[in-house]
Amino acid sequence: MAFKDLLDRFKHGLAKTARLFDVRSWFGRKVDQDFLDELEAKLIRADVGVKATQILIDRVREAYADKTADEDLLAFLKAEMKALLQDPQAGALAKAPTNPTVILIAGVNGSGKTTSIAKLAQRLKDQGNSILLGACDTFRAAAADQLAIWAERSGADMVRGNAGADPASVAHDACDRALARKVDYLIVDTAGRLHTQTHLMRELEKVRGIISRKIEGAPHESLLVLDATNGQNAIQQARIFSKSIACSGVILTKLDGTAKGGVVVAVRQQTDLPVKFVGVGEGIDDLQPFDPDAFVESLFS
Amino acid sequence: MFDDIQHRLSDALGRFKVRGKLTEANMQEGLRAVRTALLEADVNYEVVQRFMKRVTEKAAGQALIKSVRPDQQIVKIVHDELIELMGEGDPHIRFEKAGPTVIMLCGLQGSGKTTTCGKLARRMLGLGRKPLMVAADLQRPAAIEQLKVLGQQLDIPVHAEDPEGTDPVEVCRRGVSQAEKLGRDTVILDTAGRLHVDDELMDQLKKIEKKVRPHQVYFVCDALTGQDAVASAGAFNAALELDGVIMTKLDGDARGGAALSVRQVTGVPIKFVGMGEKLERLDPFDPQRIVGQMLGMGDIVGLVEAAKDAVDEEEARRQQERMAKGKFDLDDFRKQIVTMKKMGSVKDLMGKIPGMNQMGSMLEGVDADAEVKRIQGIIDSMTPEERRDPHKIDISRRRRIAAGAGVEPQDVSGLVKQFDAMAAMVKSMSQMSMMDRVRMLSGLGKAGAFNPGALLKTPKQGTGKRLTPKERERQKRLREKEARRIQKEMREKRKGGPNP
Repeated sequence: MAFKDLLDRFKHGLAKTARLFDVRSWFGRKVDQDFLDELEAKLIRADVGVKATQILIDRVREAYADKTADEDLLAFLKAEMKALLQDPQAGALAKAPTNPTVILIAGVNGSGKTTSIAKLAQRLKDQGNSILLGACDTFRAAAADQLAIWAERSGADMVRGNAGADPASVAHDACDRALARKVDYLIVDTAGRLHTQTHLMRELEKVRGIISRKIEGAPHESLLVLDATNGQNAIQQARIFSKSIACSGVILTKLDGTAKGGVVVAVRQQTDLPVKFVGVGEGIDDLQPFDPDAFVESLFS
Repeated sequence: MFDDIQHRLSDALGRFKVRGKLTEANMQEGLRAVRTALLEADVNYEVVQRFMKRVTEKAAGQALIKSVRPDQQIVKIVHDELIELMGEGDPHIRFEKAGPTVIMLCGLQGSGKTTTCGKLARRMLGLGRKPLMVAADLQRPAAIEQLKVLGQQLDIPVHAEDPEGTDPVEVCRRGVSQAEKLGRDTVILDTAGRLHVDDELMDQLKKIEKKVRPHQVYFVCDALTGQDAVASAGAFNAALELDGVIMTKLDGDARGGAALSVRQVTGVPIKFVGMGEKLERLDPFDPQRIVGQMLGMGDIVGLVEAAKDAVDEEEARRQQERMAKGKFDLDDFRKQIVTMKKMGSVKDLMGKIPGMNQMGSMLEGVDADAEVKRIQGIIDSMTPEERRDPHKIDISRRRRIAAGAGVEPQDVSGLVKQFDAMAAMVKSMSQMSMMDRVRMLSGLGKAGAFNPGALLKTPKQGTGKRLTPKERERQKRLREKEARRIQKEMREKRKGGPNP
């Protein structure tokens, strides 16, 4: 995909955010406490979070104390944010030496797991891979149906269990089928759960345990789905999900809303989890590798 | 819920206490910490600014620095201001006298509309209404299925149509006439989730409102939302004129921020809060309770309410009598466990007991609910005879029970020992006044009685000072006075408080 195209998508999605960062009005102003307070307000309103904001502000203060704000300050701030978000692995998924590669997807309720899986499946399919989906969300009414509809649209195969079945048993069956058919990718969907529900987090650990027992080295990726409209709680989600399934990356969804998406900065800064993909639309191919340059550029343009 | 904001706030407020004397300077520092706590909890930036201005003004105006306990005074100011910020709780739903009352739910994608639809319908059943749910979300694959399953679980009719070749407005319209035909008096419309930047979908909602004329429009708001909460609530309010807000996912940690802000910025009252995955977990919103909890004051009201729903009064009275007679056996214990499980998770319950909040952190890593389940499993594996008289359990019985419950034999003896200690405690407690019981509970907490991972220690305690009959008489009078006061308070609360 052309860089320009990607940039446009980001810009479109982040138009509202960009408006908050009305940078033109900065130029020519003195970098004093008032200016910094305003900058703080802008970053916090974009959900960047108190800590990450503080770090960015401190850097600006050090470099520009009592100078005048200009293009350089903007470039400086951009560079700081990009440096924070940089991840050479963005968009790349680990690949197992022998099929199948297993991707485990988890997240809180309503973060967009199932939709993200559909998009991810489509993406991998387009790259010429065979896909199997494991519908381990046996709790929410009709969750498996939702996945089935997506599976059909993207032409992927699917393993499902009965409503209320142990999700680990579905994962078990899915692994069996993936091994038997030697599919390229097995993507495992799990029920949404708040990270505070310890019993559900343990259920998730069990699913992971089963997968790693059935297939060596699996899951090769454990991706946490984060909702871009979420505030600072996303950090807590990242921490606790990582503890239970050793997350390897984040899919940031709903970036096409009015949400500021700034929470990515906070998550990266405080948990070190890289953002792998971003969801920027409702279409099945609206899942893009995360590009910090494009993200930060469109944030300030 | 609110664990995080509570933790941060009490941390911040704690700062006022460490220094012996409050000065202008360390008050600033403490207030700064309060501000950070609120921002980290995703309270809207403008709301925080305004809030801090008011708190600072109030704090300065009250000659705070000279007062004896400035920290408490600040806590009180913050408490009052937070309640003010939350606004009045108003769980009433106005029902129409003629024809079905139509309630429309709207909200962003993934905020929990469909689940809330089920919860609200269940609540309606409890109010003696006859609800019907309309599946107007034609956007999300399987949303209709989800609502149908909820309808089956609750035994509530669902109006749904094939998403091909129809549109949500028509579905809603036919849903309402369907309700009239079936004699249902309340209709809940589950609309599609949307990102409000999407004008097309927003227009669709407006069209539903115009054509179907719902009597109430509720905005379903995800408590995890960040600074965007206010913007989205504002946009929906501008388009639809909201009558109320339902906060969901409040059983997670923290993020009271959205709850605090939405009310303040839109002026729309928060009606209900979703507190769990189960369909009965939709509670009326009560600012007093939530603020109290945020500041670590416990939530006795919530506890009593949960108990009211779960406890069979007749059964409770019977057990009370048995306890008093010292006839408390494992069967009774099991019944209590079952009742308790109905009321919520152990952590949930403990958070509601004042002063027990800190205990929550003690339980970190221990899955208290699994422990409770294990205990129930052990009791379930006993014969009725063994439950009545646990001392009958010899080595071979013990082995059988352990095998039945899937635990180790020593777990069975552990339970019996623990039960002995508890039975003694229960017996003495049943002869106490309410006040003494609460006091004893706090003491018990310290003794580790609520740490199910450990066996109950029976710490040696002094037998206490012997009292003269005169002193005993005086204490009894004090107790009675206290009891009267509490009763009076509860009466007043009932009179003045919201009427869910």
